[in-house]
Amino acid sequence: MSPVMKKHAMPEQDPKVRAKNFNEVTLGYGEDTALAEAQRCLHCKTAPCRQGCPVEVNIPEFIQHIKDGQMDEAIKSLKSYNSLPAVCGRVCPQEEQCEKHCVLAKKGESVGIGRLERYAADYAREHGETVTAPQRKANAQKVAVIGAGPAGLTAAGDLAKLGYAVTIFEALHAPGGVLMYGIPEFRLPKAIVQQEISNLKKLGVVIEVNAIIGRTYTIDELLDEEGFEAVFIGTGAGLPHFLQIPGENLNGVYSANEFLTRCNLMKAYQFPKAATPIKVGHKVAVVGGGNVAMDAARTALRLGAEESYIVYRRSETEMPARLEEVHHAKEEGVQFRLLTNPLEVVGKDSWVTGLRCMKMELGEPDASGRRRPVEIAGSEFTLDVDVVIMAIGQGPNPLIQSTTKGLDTNKRGNIIADEETGQTSRLGIFAGGDIVTGAATVILAMGAGKKAAVAIDKYLQEKRQ
Amino acid sequence: MFKIVAKKVLSPTVKQFAMAAPQIAKKCQPGQFVIIRIDDEGERVPLTIADFDRDKGTITLLFQEVGASTQQLGQLEEGESILDIAGPLGNPTHIKKMGTVVCIGGGIGTAPVYPIARAMKAAGNRVISIIGARTAELLIFEDEMKNASDELYITTDDGSKGIKGFVTDVLKRLIDDEEKLAEVMAIGPVVMMRGVAEVTRPYKIPTVVSLNPIMVDGTGMCGGCRVAVGNESKFACVDGPEFDAHQVDFDTLIARQKMYIPLEKKSCENGRGGCKCHQS
Ligand SMILES: Cc1cc2nc3c(=O)[nH]c(=O)nc-3n(C[C@H](O)[C@H](O)[C@H](O)COP(=O)(O)OP(=O)(O)OC[C@H]3O[C@@H](n4cnc5c(N)ncnc54)[C@H](O)[C@@H]3O)c2cc1C
Ligand SMILES: Cc1cc2nc3c(=O)[nH]c(=O)nc-3n(C[C@H](O)[C@H](O)[C@H](O)COP(=O)(O)OP(=O)(O)OC[C@H]3O[C@@H](n4cnc5c(N)ncnc54)[C@H](O)[C@@H]3O)c2cc1C
Ligand code: SF4
Ligand code: FES
Repeated sequence: MSPVMKKHAMPEQDPKVRAKNFNEVTLGYGEDTALAEAQRCLHCKTAPCRQGCPVEVNIPEFIQHIKDGQMDEAIKSLKSYNSLPAVCGRVCPQEEQCEKHCVLAKKGESVGIGRLERYAADYAREHGETVTAPQRKANAQKVAVIGAGPAGLTAAGDLAKLGYAVTIFEALHAPGGVLMYGIPEFRLPKAIVQQEISNLKKLGVVIEVNAIIGRTYTIDELLDEEGFEAVFIGTGAGLPHFLQIPGENLNGVYSANEFLTRCNLMKAYQFPKAATPIKVGHKVAVVGGGNVAMDAARTALRLGAEESYIVYRRSETEMPARLEEVHHAKEEGVQFRLLTNPLEVVGKDSWVTGLRCMKMELGEPDASGRRRPVEIAGSEFTLDVDVVIMAIGQGPNPLIQSTTKGLDTNKRGNIIADEETGQTSRLGIFAGGDIVTGAATVILAMGAGKKAAVAIDKYLQEKRQ
Repeated sequence: MFKIVAKKVLSPTVKQFAMAAPQIAKKCQPGQFVIIRIDDEGERVPLTIADFDRDKGTITLLFQEVGASTQQLGQLEEGESILDIAGPLGNPTHIKKMGTVVCIGGGIGTAPVYPIARAMKAAGNRVISIIGARTAELLIFEDEMKNASDELYITTDDGSKGIKGFVTDVLKRLIDDEEKLAEVMAIGPVVMMRGVAEVTRPYKIPTVVSLNPIMVDGTGMCGGCRVAVGNESKFACVDGPEFDAHQVDFDTLIARQKMYIPLEKKSCENGRGGCKCHQS
């Protein structure tokens, strides 16, 4: 019997239909497909797939459980490594991580590890997974977690399981971080994020929203006055970058963060039922080539834009976005203007009327190892658009660093922390996720949260003695 | 939930709430603001902290009903609650002993100027205040400002109270009287703040204004509040809200504030807040 060389396809909404709604694009495997896909796994002893996973999920094991129909065991195995499998099954760049190393990938297509992870997580959720509160230590020490993104949520969950009294402080009115305000509903339904968060509350984690650390409380106040004995900082990379080109303050220029926050967190797509407005425009240019840019371009289409462009200064090979997202964007009708560099946002009466660009070609590799884009003389043109969205990256927010003495940062403003423990330059203060690494991925942020939880446990045990 | 412990109607469209928010009351400083949300479908609305009582754990918010959200807020009564208050946000005003300081409040901008004037006086400055409004009924915080200042001037556009004219007219006179001014602080409509900046610019009198661009998160995450200051883009919520008036590009700010007017009109027509605004 020759093995099936291709991954089982995942059912999806028709591109034409889904480009007009916010429902999830991919629909997930059914039982039969999941079983058939699980059958493809060879259960290699060396499990090369695991090495590609930042948290080393025991991939052959959980797939074996799916095969055996032991769904409770499958989710138990998954959750012992990854507390947000329903999220990761949807948004992890699997093709760059686990699936890239799968032995099947050498001759055909890898096992659909991400799709199986999602299947197991969805199964558990739909079949009423039970969460039991862990035993809290007598005189449990209090730990403060700052930021309710993937890093903070993971650290909080692990610490609660270890018996600590954990409070998360979140600046916004809803926990979830980028999972709530950035990644759109059609890729990651908010109900799933909220379910994961409610599980966390069942573990005994307290979440205080509208609490901006550096303003509402400083870290030193948490330590000295509020009785917390350790702090984990997981505040992400939320400060949007702009290109610093003329016209960026015209009406109709957004950062991707603002555009996506208005839409996702503030539900502007329901305006005027929801109070927050959004200017969508007829023709939208999104500058950038990462997941954030794809999300913004696809969101613009769903909000009713007639044309939605990705403007990216290198070629498609260099684009940092997940392949699947680029593919989905194209299917939905997003138009790619590659090797194109914006020079100026042009406008009339303070509103955007176009984006003046220059064509580029690829030259020698630069410091990042990618071929450097070089301007082609005389190739200027103006793209006819009325909204421009900047999705060219985010930096660290300085609120905490500027109000916490002795907390070292690098020259970009990221907090310096030990890669293995999250220990910062200040005793008892740990950090992880995008605030340390710069904008990265959900799973890396979770991995950092996990490691920090272990280190915080060790620190507090030593402190108690 | 945050409870409205006292409500005052200052004029048909200007209301004042004392809100129970102990943690914010404990921390806030003059010059800072909060972001509120009325309910689960509400907008995030920035409002300056006009006063605070650390013992009672309350902060005072004062707002003008201009659109759907502020109208909806104005309909709430004492004892009712709103869903969220986040803060204190923004950088506190730099208060230090400088000499003679002029505090200017235009319209409801007088409310946020009041705690600043009070703190300036407490720091040992001579405080001259100028408050202005279109007409006498729209003047607010007159008694408070009187108590916080060494001298108080009142202007109304129509002359119904105080001096007929603009706050800038009085400011010009003060400068002409060769009063040595260490700093001018102005909060009010953007056109007024621009006017103040133009009056003090030739004399190089340090002038500070508090900007109110449209905001979403108030924590430096969305970039929506960016303002052009000295040829640089700054985020008013984390870099401000106070800036050197002589560096601010007011025209861009005025244009950006109008960004959502066409959409807000739709919001009002659809019954949020049930207002009649923008319909003329
Ligand atoms: C639009 C978009 C799409 C993405 N798509 C993907 C994808 O498909 N796959 C993937 O793996 N990754 C993706 N990423 C990246 C991924 O979301 C991030 O790497 C990840 O969320 C980082 O997690 P974090 O916990 O470090 O920070 P965040 O998720 O940014 O969470 C930080 C939290 O801290 C809060 N906070 C900040 N400052 C304070 C403060 N002073 N006090 C209190 N709270 C504070 C913030 O409000 C926020 O809730 C995407 C990112 C964006 C923006
Ligand atoms: C830091 C800061 C502090 C503020 N303090 C106060 C205060 O103490 N009292 C007070 O009454 N208002 C204050 N404002 C303005 C207040 O936030 C707006 O009036 C309010 O958001 C309007 O909401 P709305 O839904 O009722 O009106 P909308 O329907 O959203 O808008 C109605 C009109 O108000 C304009 N507008 C909308 N948002 C703002 C804004 N942020 N600033 C200026 N104009 C705006 C719109 O362009 C439109 O013309 C402050 C704003 C900022 C940024
Ligand atoms: S490498 Fe591929 S086939 Fe081997 S265990 Fe991992 S998923 Fe299964
Ligand atoms: S309000 Fe979002 S960055 Fe200032």
